[in-house]
Amino acid sequence: MPKSAPAAGDAKDDTANAAMMMPGAEVLLKALEDEGVEVVFGYPGGAVLPIYDALFKNNKIKHILVRHEQAAVHAAEGYARSTGKTGVVLVTSGPGATNAVTGLTDALMDSVPVVCLTGQVPTHLIGNDAFQEADTTGITRPCTKHNYLVKDGERLQSTVIEAFHVAGSGRPGPVLIDLPKDILMKDASYRQDAIRAVATARYQPVTRPDPAAISQAVDMMIRAERPVIYGGGGLINSGPRASELLTELVEMTGWPTTLTLMGLGALSASNRHFLGMLGMHGTYEANLTMHGCDLMLNLGARFDDRVTGLLSGFSPNSQKIHCDIDPSSVNKNVAVDLAVIGDATMILEALLAELKKRKFTPHRTSLDKWWAQIESWRKRDCLRFSQTGDIIKPQHAIKRLCEMTAGSDVYVTTEVGQHQMWAAQYFDFHLPNRWMTSGGLGTMGYGLPAALGVQVAHPGATVIDIAGEASFMMNMQELSTLAQYNLPVKMFIINNEWMGMVRQWQELIHGGRYSESYSASLPDFRKLADTFGMTGVVAQDAGDLDAVITEMLETPGPVIADIRVAKEENCFPMIPSGAAHNDMLLGPEDQAEKPVSEEGMVLV
Amino acid sequence: MTDNSVIERHIISVLVDNEPGVLARVIGLFSGRGYNIESLTVSETDAERALSRISIVTSGTPMVIEQIKAQLARLVPIHAVRDLTEHDVAIERELALVKIINKGEERIEALRIADTFRARTLDSTLDSFVFEVTGNSLKVDAFVNLMRSLGSVEVARTGVSAISRGNCIDLEAK
Repeated sequence: MPKSAPAAGDAKDDTANAAMMMPGAEVLLKALEDEGVEVVFGYPGGAVLPIYDALFKNNKIKHILVRHEQAAVHAAEGYARSTGKTGVVLVTSGPGATNAVTGLTDALMDSVPVVCLTGQVPTHLIGNDAFQEADTTGITRPCTKHNYLVKDGERLQSTVIEAFHVAGSGRPGPVLIDLPKDILMKDASYRQDAIRAVATARYQPVTRPDPAAISQAVDMMIRAERPVIYGGGGLINSGPRASELLTELVEMTGWPTTLTLMGLGALSASNRHFLGMLGMHGTYEANLTMHGCDLMLNLGARFDDRVTGLLSGFSPNSQKIHCDIDPSSVNKNVAVDLAVIGDATMILEALLAELKKRKFTPHRTSLDKWWAQIESWRKRDCLRFSQTGDIIKPQHAIKRLCEMTAGSDVYVTTEVGQHQMWAAQYFDFHLPNRWMTSGGLGTMGYGLPAALGVQVAHPGATVIDIAGEASFMMNMQELSTLAQYNLPVKMFIINNEWMGMVRQWQELIHGGRYSESYSASLPDFRKLADTFGMTGVVAQDAGDLDAVITEMLETPGPVIADIRVAKEENCFPMIPSGAAHNDMLLGPEDQAEKPVSEEGMVLV
Repeated sequence: MTDNSVIERHIISVLVDNEPGVLARVIGLFSGRGYNIESLTVSETDAERALSRISIVTSGTPMVIEQIKAQLARLVPIHAVRDLTEHDVAIERELALVKIINKGEERIEALRIADTFRARTLDSTLDSFVFEVTGNSLKVDAFVNLMRSLGSVEVARTGVSAISRGNCIDLEAK
């Protein structure tokens, strides 16, 4: 079956581009250097020893030794999302590869460019159930954007080129290259140039929007009386220029704008047109604006179920324009009136040019009326809470952290759960690439290794992992990595001694039967920090909080801050599963009256 | 807006690089996303450029059919995707090998029906035939059903292969 597919990039050509022969592992590193790779997150093992041997002699690529392969992928994700570059992972065969699966799936769901290199048993042993053999390409086929098994050293360099091209272009995602050990050891050819065009030819996604679609979009925008801009992670993936253009569009139109969890930072939280995040734990004003709008301009968001709630009740009276780089995102969950396929930056450039050409001015009267309506929703102040007494409210802890770091360039990662939603609600982001969270997959244990990767990419920056104590424990072996490289990550643990979001759902939906959601036998986080040679601080009551945050921020090196918060606080506002945007729970007083429907119960 | 309650049968043709794992990618996409496969055929159609053509018969609402095509199109080794059911241009053919074991009157009747369906007799013993029948799926279904009423039957079907009518090329390589 396998014949030389066009991807091979068989450079049949000139002598000026003669191949150099060297072991496969060296070809691999050369090819990585050509892609501009500076850092690799990895863990060695038998099948990848030739690569580690070549790395030993290489002084261009830095290797960060993690403590678990899942963390290597999350670190690469943190690196990628905070820089816009492709993150690189290197793990061994068998368990190395299977441990990476969660990270790869996370990167796929959140469209993060990652290239994962896995070792494999030598080609003649594949299929024999050899030691540390796993069908890596089989296992990872559904959780990568694309994957390869290199069975011919002559294909190695072109495969690396295509892999980076696929990972980083179009809708980004994880790409895996499975490398049998014999391929790494045998000589293979490396060419200085000339094969790039061939190797990238077969994957060329559309990035430039169709002018007719842009013109139609502007027609619809001109007619809009109650518009909303709904931006998502596509704005971040497109690069910082997309965020600048979005800001320009928002200022030009004066339109209300909401962002998804993945899109936070694309428009500054301080922009007066920003309504906050939307969706299950989004703001009242964002969700009601979505519900009541007559035109929705979706820029790089995918109508995720956390955003739409009940589909049949989702923004029932609006025309919808969906701008996305991935045609398969269109009409997947929500049928739209117009699709614009392309890269967010190019779409925004084209939209702005067309709006200017047509001398666009918003419908003043209707837009003013619409804003008056939105302001009345805003007045509900849905994120209000009162910090009274000694017990620290988790919202207060995050709000103070935000206030006390305001003005400095801060990178925030999170784990998954209540603390993640509170961070999204109460931490203000003003720039793209500053917020790294596991959105699609919802991977507990993401935040610490992601922060590690962010810190490697930005050695001088303040990097904070806003964590929950349960999630934190899922990948806390990475404390050892932080210690080894003295990466000064600040771990801000919102410690309520519960798997908070599980507890919240059990309270609201399962009659308060708290089945297995208590975080028993927690370590003393201060002593834990101490054993890794880092600093641990504890905030027991509200009076300590500011001093503890200051100490955490000012102490050099990694710091664990154990923030003991109110144990039974719930995350509001909340659209219960199976409900529509206009059916929100704003606080504890709401919940008794609105039991979750039977259809809602089965939803996650 | 198209009616999204109707389940439609579509024949989708796909041109792919003939490389390891490409069929698994296509099948995995269907099973992973819960799409139906009614039949699937695959074979190399251009040895020089190592291209294979996959013909898939699937069913779903218009929104699901649109998703299937979009999801297929974003697989890296896929060159082109064409819905042959759109505009009603598909010529579809399927080949079945039908073995029937019977005797006496029923044996004669089987041979007579085979003749009506223009089936060829590929093998014959005193109490069995192997017929080859070609046509669209409905014709093959009809033939197989008739045979079943006349004896013990075993069937091997290729699944649907399809191409469009007219003077345009369905699928161009990138």
